[in-house]
Amino acid sequence: MSNLVFKNVRHSYSRAYSVDIDYLEVGSGKLVCLLGPSGCGKSTTLRLAAGLESPMEGEILINGEVMANDDIFVGPEDRRVGLVFQDYALFPHLTVRNNVSFGLTHLSGSEAKARALQILDTVGMKDAADKYPHMLSGGEQQRVALARALAPNPRLILMDEPFSGLDVVLRNRVRDETQALLKEMGTTVLMVTHDPEEAMRMADEIVLMQNGQVIQQGTAGELYTNPVNEFVASFLGDVNRVPAEKTDNGLKTELGTAPIPAGLDDRIVSEILVRPEAIRFLPVIDTTQPTGEVVLSRNLGAFCLVDVQLPSGFRVTARVATVNQPEVGTKCSLSLNLTQVFVFPATSNGEKTDKPV
Amino acid sequence: MAVAEMGRDAALAVVQIYRTGLKYRPSDKRGKLTLSTALSFVVAAVIALPVLVIFGFIFVPTGDIWSHLASTVLPVYLTNTLLLGLGVSVLVLMMGVGSAWLVTMCNFPGRRIFTWALFLPLAMPAYIIAYTYTGMLEYAGPIQTFLRDTFDWTRQDYWFPPIRSLGGAISMLGLVLYPYVYLVSRAAFLEQSICALEVGRTLGRGPWRVFFSVALPLARPAIVTGLALALMETLSDFGTVQYFAVDTFTTGIYRTWFGLVEPAAAAQLAAILMVFVFILILLERMNRGSKKYHHTTGRYQQITRYSLAPGQKALAFLGCLFPVLFGFLLPTGWLIKESFSDIEQAFDRHFPVLVLSSVSVAALAAILSLCIALMLIYGLRQDGHTPQKAKLFSVRVASMGYAIPGPVLAVGILLPFGFIDNSIDHWMRETFNVSTGLILSGTLVALLFAYVVRFLAVALNTVEASVETITPNMDRAAKTMGVTGLKALFRVHIPIISGSLMTAAILVFVDVMKELPATLVLRPFGFDTLAVRAYEMATDEQLAAAAAPSLAIVVVGILPVIILSRAIAKSRPGYTAERNKDPL
Repeated sequence: MSNLVFKNVRHSYSRAYSVDIDYLEVGSGKLVCLLGPSGCGKSTTLRLAAGLESPMEGEILINGEVMANDDIFVGPEDRRVGLVFQDYALFPHLTVRNNVSFGLTHLSGSEAKARALQILDTVGMKDAADKYPHMLSGGEQQRVALARALAPNPRLILMDEPFSGLDVVLRNRVRDETQALLKEMGTTVLMVTHDPEEAMRMADEIVLMQNGQVIQQGTAGELYTNPVNEFVASFLGDVNRVPAEKTDNGLKTELGTAPIPAGLDDRIVSEILVRPEAIRFLPVIDTTQPTGEVVLSRNLGAFCLVDVQLPSGFRVTARVATVNQPEVGTKCSLSLNLTQVFVFPATSNGEKTDKPV
Repeated sequence: MAVAEMGRDAALAVVQIYRTGLKYRPSDKRGKLTLSTALSFVVAAVIALPVLVIFGFIFVPTGDIWSHLASTVLPVYLTNTLLLGLGVSVLVLMMGVGSAWLVTMCNFPGRRIFTWALFLPLAMPAYIIAYTYTGMLEYAGPIQTFLRDTFDWTRQDYWFPPIRSLGGAISMLGLVLYPYVYLVSRAAFLEQSICALEVGRTLGRGPWRVFFSVALPLARPAIVTGLALALMETLSDFGTVQYFAVDTFTTGIYRTWFGLVEPAAAAQLAAILMVFVFILILLERMNRGSKKYHHTTGRYQQITRYSLAPGQKALAFLGCLFPVLFGFLLPTGWLIKESFSDIEQAFDRHFPVLVLSSVSVAALAAILSLCIALMLIYGLRQDGHTPQKAKLFSVRVASMGYAIPGPVLAVGILLPFGFIDNSIDHWMRETFNVSTGLILSGTLVALLFAYVVRFLAVALNTVEASVETITPNMDRAAKTMGVTGLKALFRVHIPIISGSLMTAAILVFVDVMKELPATLVLRPFGFDTLAVRAYEMATDEQLAAAAAPSLAIVVVGILPVIILSRAIAKSRPGYTAERNKDPL
């Protein structure tokens, strides 16, 4: 089991850095997800780890061995990493078994064959060993790609959007199977995804990236409940942006008053971020609490998204269990769960800074 | 994925210009059995006529002449043709695949320029490059003269490789035909999943081993297609082998016809050559049909090119320079030098006449081919009743001419046309006591017919690829907005296909300008084109006089090279994607 470390790694295709990472560590045996919007540099980070790109600055280590720095560059063929792509990139001219044994050049023919069959058995694809890739379904191809990456006993598995080629029904099943298998084998995994739900479902740790930089690294819970800035908060889940006014008692909003977080000092706050599930419906009308009218109610199965219009005309979206779905037109009183409310300071021109409070 | 397929189709559409095969998309099922469908079958039948005639002659007894041919020249033709094919294959594979891989996957100085410059030899007809190298390498040429002067040698003192030999013909054909292989292998390397190569790398194989174990097998079907094209051109070549006095089937057909005046025997030799051509087509089709190498991916990624060490960079540069230099720059330079060393004589009063006759006959052939192609494609598109296979078959037959070598075509046309002419003449003389002479075979009719048969495929492929981009749903959308019939033609169809029509016309035009053997045989008496004059002067040992018409042909030949390289540059999905974009 190995770990992967990036130290002061910078890489760019043009003027702006597409990757600018001060420090990133993927712990041994951990499944870490690189999460972020399109163009945030997560794929380039993965390619740097694989050795498909050589960083312009900084140091990349696997298991303490230098893979790339100013003097050394270890090519992808010598890094002992496994790579799984979104499109699986199976070799169409080779059978499933030969795909899997492609990387087993250090073994003799019969050993390679045995190893390939063994790993295919692990992923449940032994019966397809003599088929060609185009004869397999998407989910099966994915499993073969994983087997091929795992076969040479890599120190690290790198996955680039490995599940986005699958349809929704299949995706969850394959995801869970893959995660279970990787955990069972204790492999260190770095996986790229743009889907926060996928990251939260699978990852031991999430690394959220933006503009080539690591914005926050932590468990799904940490990122969801303790985002370091507005970007993290809104990327991992929906938020209501409720206008706020700073008073001596706290941040006054139409939904109630939130305490001023420590360290805010003199900085200006013009709004607070409220998760939909932080807005709770009181069973009876309570005029001391904020009250509004339900204007839209959408049933999403287990829960509903309910839009409430407040007296000022401002609308917020709340999430409630479907059993409690209110009807459009009903009046209701709301309360706020303050643990799911985030406050970030605005800069003088009204933009948010990325500095956590 | 749709985008990927469109990109690939765009690339292949251009490549298919030189292909004989054609696929036909199922069109709107409505409509009725039209006159145009019937007409398209007639066109296909007429186009197939020369080949049918050739094979018909297999059963015509020729007596002694055939056994004479079989015992004397046939083994020579066979050996030379096979050796020529083998040698050309080796050359075009090395130059074509090698240079394609270098410019696609490696970074070295001049890479961008080579990307299109490697197409340039396509502008050089094989017979013309043969004249230039003969001029440069013969005993009195600059190189041998230089060697003798420098080392004070006389004729007996040294051995110099004879350019007018089988080896010379192989080199000449290889130098101008490798772009076919370059073209298709480059397209294949561009479209193959970079991810597959990268996975190969992480599985412990270096760049070289990935090339041989992944990239090459994936590109194989495309490479075979390119090779088949190059070999078909080799089989059809007449000018080079005739000039170098290498006896092959094409020269044999010519000599049997004109020297021995044995039309039936010539037709039988032509039939044997056609068998070779059909075998090639068949092999190519089997190769395409059996490929399970369909991409399991639709995802395209910016290619990260290998960075090379300085020594490797120099080798890569030289490797790409070699074919361009020897296939185009050097011979063109020689042509320019020769043409302008005596301008007065090179561009004398005959020259404008030559240009005029070449251009007018080429333009006429281009317009004719385009009209017939449009008629075929639109006729079949509107007809929803005729089975798809029948349509496909008629289009395929109509585009078969491209595979027919010029001398074969000439024989296949002269035989029936001469027969018709003689019959008419005979009948007219008997009935009205007037001689009509040769109405078809001695006039431009035969020549234009030959051009259309041979190059209709070029027009068909281009027009068809472009008309295919107008989906039936576009027609339907236009219809719902009240734009139908002629209005739809002018507001929807013509704006979309006009560019391709132009391309098709230019491609046919240039092919006709370059065509030699059929022109040589079928032209009306006294009708000279640039290609014919270049051939006559060269065979007359007046290489300098051959230079100016040759140069004119090469200059015109650059047009399709520009069209091709532009189309190919645009063909790769994500080609214009900015470098700094995340590949996702």
